Amino acid sequence: MPELTPSQTVGPYLALGLTWPDGHLVVPEDAPGAIVVHGVVTDGAGEPVPDAVVETWQADADGRFDHPEDPRGGSGFRGFGRCLTAPDGSWRVVSVKPGAIGDGQAPHIDVSVLARGLLDRVVTRIYFPDEQAANAADPLLATVPQERRSTLLAVPDGPGRFRFDIRLQGEGETVFLAV
Amino acid sequence: MTTSPPTHVRGYAPAPAGTHPNLDWPAYRSTELRAPKHRPILLPHRLTEVTGPLLTGPAGPADNDLTRQHAGEPQGQRIIVFGRVLDSDGRPVPDTLVEVWQANAAGRYAHQNDNWPAPLDPNFTGSGRVVTDSLGNYSFTTIKPGAYPWRNHHNAWRPAHIHFSLFGRAFTQRLVTQMYFPDDPLFPYDPIFNSVPDEAARKRMIATFDLDATKPEWALAYRFDIVLRGREQTPFEEPHA
Ligand SMILES: [Fe+2]
Repeated sequence: MPELTPSQTVGPYLALGLTWPDGHLVVPEDAPGAIVVHGVVTDGAGEPVPDAVVETWQADADGRFDHPEDPRGGSGFRGFGRCLTAPDGSWRVVSVKPGAIGDGQAPHIDVSVLARGLLDRVVTRIYFPDEQAANAADPLLATVPQERRSTLLAVPDGPGRFRFDIRLQGEGETVFLAV
Repeated sequence: MTTSPPTHVRGYAPAPAGTHPNLDWPAYRSTELRAPKHRPILLPHRLTEVTGPLLTGPAGPADNDLTRQHAGEPQGQRIIVFGRVLDSDGRPVPDTLVEVWQANAAGRYAHQNDNWPAPLDPNFTGSGRVVTDSLGNYSFTTIKPGAYPWRNHHNAWRPAHIHFSLFGRAFTQRLVTQMYFPDDPLFPYDPIFNSVPDEAARKRMIATFDLDATKPEWALAYRFDIVLRGREQTPFEEPHA
């Protein structure tokens, strides 16, 4: 059987290969129910990381994926967002709030972060602050130590806006997940 | 069309130890403040992880020929890079987007932050996209990139390489890697290449020269097969509400 190809860093010039004009638009800015999820990527010194890319993958508002492994069928929802960080480490994705899949998990967005200085991607999840009951029953959140759980929760930031900062290292380090 | 999600999800097999670099790798200095200190928490694969973006765009007509994106031809050795994208079960990964980026023949990137004294090439941008066919095959034309210096340590040079980004068909299969060229004298000195602990795995990042695939009086050819994660052998029992 073929053996896996190893991971390597995206390096400092990732923008050359990974820039899409509409990468951050999972849905158009003016789509009904559009939300903005945004934040800053920082390093262990608290400095912004200007050469990272944040990628998101999520279900649609009904909790479905446009993918053959979802037996409920797809709605044509792209589900994928990609935003390179700006010089101040900021990123921003326009999407809809994912619905509950119906398998006991709270609504969530899977996130990959790739950067210069990361030899492999790191993975995390965004949960929503207005889903307290669902979050309390979520099987993954239950495995995260209580004192670090808040790093997986987006922060309300005005109507239709959620803030999700990603701290790669140090105080308040984001919980990263082994997939 | 059913209305309930699958109650059993077949996950993806973990990578054997030594296949991927450890994030904390002091020889590559930029890891120092960026590698997380906490151990990651296991995310058992559920529907979000076994699905993923099945994107074929935005690949345009000249995207698979990096020598044809400008008015003139770029300087350097014209090469064809081709191969197959497979999973570790041996199945081809069809219709998947492969994104590539690289330095020019002199080792300079067409990027504002790359300022070392090597010439830019007005006829070379160095980014391309190609989608695998129904058998997982891909192919693109480019020029052989040069080695380039970086400031990781005194007299540090990266071996010539092409950056590759792949999605596969599931979130778990996402991979970004670098393809290297055979017999590069810089391999022993490069902390990024050597961040892969297992020597056999490291060698899987090196393309092979393929005389049969060269185009006479046109281009040399290098083969680079890419292997993404395959499935777990037994379905994961999903505890559901
Ligand atoms: Fe590079």
